[in-house]
Amino acid sequence: MFNFFLLILIYTGIYSLMSMGQNLMTGYTGMLSLCQAGFFAIGSYVTAILTTRYGFSFWATIPLSAMMAAVFGILIGLPTLRLKGDYLAIATLGFGEIVRNVLNNWDSLTGGPMGIQRIPMVKFFGFTINPYKKIAFLVMVWIFVLVFYIMFERLGRSRMGRALQAIRDDEIAAEAMGINTTKYKVWAFAIGAAAAGVAGSLQTVYSLSVTPASYTFMVSVLVLCMVVLGGMGNFAAVILGTFIIQLISYFPQLVGLSSVIPAQFKQILFGLILVCMMIWRPQGIIGTRSYMVGKNRVKMEAADELA
Amino acid sequence: MNLLETKELTRAYGGVIAVNEVSFEAQKGMITGLIGPNGAGKTTLFNNMTGLDVPTSGKVYFEGNDITGFNSHKLSRLGMSRTFQNIRLFSDMSVLENVMIGGHYMTGNPDHKTGRFKNVFRSYFKMKDEEEEMYEHAMKLLEFFDIADLSQELAKNLPYGHQRELEIARALASSPTILFLDEPAAGMNPQETDHLMATIRRIRDTGVSVVLIEHDMKLVMNICDNITVLNYGQMIAQGTPHEIKNNPLVIEAYLGKDEE
Amino acid sequence: MVSVSEFFQHLMNGLTLGGIYALIALGYTMVYGILKFINFAHGDILMFGAYIGLFCFDALRGNAPLGTWTFISFFIAMLISMVVTAGLGVATERIAYRPLRKANRLAPLLSAIGVSFILSNSAAWIWGTQSRKLNYPFDNTPFNIKGVVITPHQVMVLIVSLIMMVSLILFVNKTRMGKAMRAVSLDQDTSRLMGINVNQVISMTFAIGSALAASGGMLIALDYKVYPSMGMMLGLKAFVAAVVGGIGNIGGAMLGGILLGLLETFGVAIFGIPTAMKDTISFAILILVLLLKPEGLLGKAVKEKV
Repeated sequence: MFNFFLLILIYTGIYSLMSMGQNLMTGYTGMLSLCQAGFFAIGSYVTAILTTRYGFSFWATIPLSAMMAAVFGILIGLPTLRLKGDYLAIATLGFGEIVRNVLNNWDSLTGGPMGIQRIPMVKFFGFTINPYKKIAFLVMVWIFVLVFYIMFERLGRSRMGRALQAIRDDEIAAEAMGINTTKYKVWAFAIGAAAAGVAGSLQTVYSLSVTPASYTFMVSVLVLCMVVLGGMGNFAAVILGTFIIQLISYFPQLVGLSSVIPAQFKQILFGLILVCMMIWRPQGIIGTRSYMVGKNRVKMEAADELA
Repeated sequence: MNLLETKELTRAYGGVIAVNEVSFEAQKGMITGLIGPNGAGKTTLFNNMTGLDVPTSGKVYFEGNDITGFNSHKLSRLGMSRTFQNIRLFSDMSVLENVMIGGHYMTGNPDHKTGRFKNVFRSYFKMKDEEEEMYEHAMKLLEFFDIADLSQELAKNLPYGHQRELEIARALASSPTILFLDEPAAGMNPQETDHLMATIRRIRDTGVSVVLIEHDMKLVMNICDNITVLNYGQMIAQGTPHEIKNNPLVIEAYLGKDEE
Repeated sequence: MVSVSEFFQHLMNGLTLGGIYALIALGYTMVYGILKFINFAHGDILMFGAYIGLFCFDALRGNAPLGTWTFISFFIAMLISMVVTAGLGVATERIAYRPLRKANRLAPLLSAIGVSFILSNSAAWIWGTQSRKLNYPFDNTPFNIKGVVITPHQVMVLIVSLIMMVSLILFVNKTRMGKAMRAVSLDQDTSRLMGINVNQVISMTFAIGSALAASGGMLIALDYKVYPSMGMMLGLKAFVAAVVGGIGNIGGAMLGGILLGLLETFGVAIFGIPTAMKDTISFAILILVLLLKPEGLLGKAVKEKV
C-alpha cells in the first residue's frame, strides 16, 4: 500500500514535467499541442538507445533527450505555428502518431514493437538508484521536478511569461507591442517539448524497458487533462492536477478493485473531466493565480473564462 | 525631414485598389489627422505604415530610413506604436500587466532589448530590479491616464472609455517616437471626447508625435496640426485644419453641405 | 512505368478510398464553416456509426444467404445508423459544445477532445477492443474489365458517395435550410436578426455531418474492420482532406477527399512508399499544404480584420 503510494508519487513527478511543459504551451501561450506523448517517447528512446548501445551514462543522455525533443518540437512547430491554433492541434496529433509508427517499424534502431529491454540503472557517484527501491528514485524524480518548476515559474513570472500570455490573448496586438510572436511561440513550444523529453528519460530508467505501446495518444490527452484540471497558466496547480489524475489512474489498484473496474472506465472519466471542466470551471480547480510584481503582491480572481 | 512619410504607397486587394499612390507625411512633434469617408482606405494606409500589411508598391520611410515591409514587432522596437480600431487589449490580463507588456521592449533601454528566455537563468535580484523598473514605468503611465487605481482589474472588466485609454497607455509604454491612434474617440460621448482631446495634447507635449484616424470632426479640427484627407483610396487634400475646412474638394467629397 | 490497365486499377482504388474520405471530410468542413471549430470527435462519431450499422445489419440479415434481402437490409441498416449517429452528433453539440460557444477558442477544442475520448472508450467498454468484420451484403467477387479488377464493393462505394454528395449539394443550394446554413456560416449575428434559428441550423449541420460520417464509416468497414479506435486515423485523414480542399468549403472537402485517396493509392503503388508509412503520406501532405497554401485549393484566404 505504502509502496503503491510511492509509485503514484513517482509517476506524478515524471508526468509533472510533461504537464508543466504542456502548461507553457497551452496555458500560457494558448497553443493546443497534442503530442506530449511523442516528445515523451523521443526522450525515452534517446536514453534507451544511448545507454544500451553506446554506453552513455543516464546523466549524459538527459540534455540530449531534451535537445532532441526540442528539435522535433521546432520542426513540427515552424510550419504550423504561424497558422491558426486549430491546425496545430491536428498537426501535432498526426505527429504523435507518426512517432509511434516510426518506433514500431524502424526495427534496427528501436527494436520494433518489442522495444528495448535491459536498460542499465542510474548510477550516481557509485550509488545505484534502483527503481525497485522507490524512495531513492522518488527523491531523484522530485529533484528534477523542483528544478523544472523553478525554471518554469521564473519564466512564467518574467516579462517573457507575460509576453507569452499576451500572445495567447491577442497575437496581433502582441506583435504590435514589439513581441516577435513567431519566435516566442517556437521557443515556448521547444521548451515544453524538452521538458517532456526529460520526462521520457526518467520514465526509461524507471521502467528499465521501453515499448512503443506506452506512448499512445492517450498519454497526451492525460497530460492535457492534468493541465486543465489543475488550472491553466499556474504551474503549481498543474502539479496538483497531475497528482489527482495519477491518483484516479491508480485508484482501482490502490483499493484492490482493478478486476471490477474496467480500464476504459477511468479513461471515460478523464474525457468527462475535460468536458465538465471546460463548461463549469475552465480556470481549473485552484481558480486563482497570484501575481507578484515589485513589492506588491496581489491576489487576483482568475478569469471567468480562459483566455 | 518628415518623421514618417509614404512615397506613392499603393495597396491593392485583387482588383480593388484600397490605397492608390498616397504620399502621406507626418512631422515631428505634431498631431497629424487622417480623415475620409468610410472605406476611403484610412485603416489600410495605417496598417501599411505600422507593419500589419505590406504595400503592393511604394515605400514607407521612418526617420529617413526605408521601413517598407518590416514586421510590426520590428517597427515597435524602432519607435512606432499603435492602437486599434476595435480595441485589442489582452483581455484576461490585468490593466497593469497590459501596460507592462507594452514596455516589453522599452526603446532607449539597452538592457531591455535582450533578456527573453535568459531571464530563467539570471540572478533573482536582477530580475526583480527589472520587474520593479517595468512596474514603476507602467504605474507612471497609468497615473498619466488617471487609471492607476484600476491597475489590478482585468482589462476586459473596464468600462469602454477606460479600455480606450488603457490601449493608449499600453502603446505609450514602449516609449515610442510616434503614436498611431485608430479612431480613438469611436463610441465615446462628448465629455469623454473632450477628455481624450486634452490627453492627446498632453501626449504630444511630452514629445511624442501623433498620427490619428478619426471621424469626430470636432476632435480632428481642434487638435490636429495637419490633416490629410483620403477619398476612394486617393489623397485629395493635405493641410492645416483651416485649409481643409475651406477646401472645396474636401467639402464635396466628405464634409457635405452641413459643415458646422 | 505503369501500364494503362494498372493506371486505371489504381485510379479506381484511389477513387473508392477518396470517396469515403470525402464523405467524412464533409462533416469537418461543414462544422468548421459554421462554428469555426474542428470537431475532434468526428472520427469517433464515425466509429459509432460503423458499430451501429454493423449491429443493425447483422440483426436484420439473420442467417439469410446473400441475395436481394441482404442487399436491402444493408441499406436499411445504413439508414438507421445514419439517423442514430445524427442524433449522437446533435447530442454532443448540445451537451459539450453549445455551452462553450461564447467561450474562447481553446475551450470547445478541449471539450471536443474530451468527447472523442469518452466515445472511443465507451465503445471499447461496451463492445470490447477486438475488431469486428462487417460482412459484404453481396457476392464481392471482383470482375475484370480489360485487365482492371473492380469489386462490386467499389462500385457501391462510388455510387453511394456520389448520391450523398449530390444530394448534399442540392440541399445546401436549393432548400431554405441550406440557404440558412450558408447565411449562418457567413455571419451568425446577422442571420439571427434575419429570423434564422441559428441553434437549429447548427444542430442540422451536426446531424448531416454525422450522418455522412456514419455512411462513410460503414462503407469503409466493409473493406477494413470495425474497432473502437478506428476513428482516429480515419478522422485525421479526412481532416487533411478537408484542409487540402479548403476547410469550410463543401466542394473543397469532396475534391480534397478524392485527391487524398488518389495520392495515397498512387503513392504506395507507383512511388514505392512502404505500406507501413502509408499513413505518413497524408500527414506530409497536410504540412505541405499548410506551408504553401494554408487556405486550401478552393478555400479563400481570410485575413483577420484589424
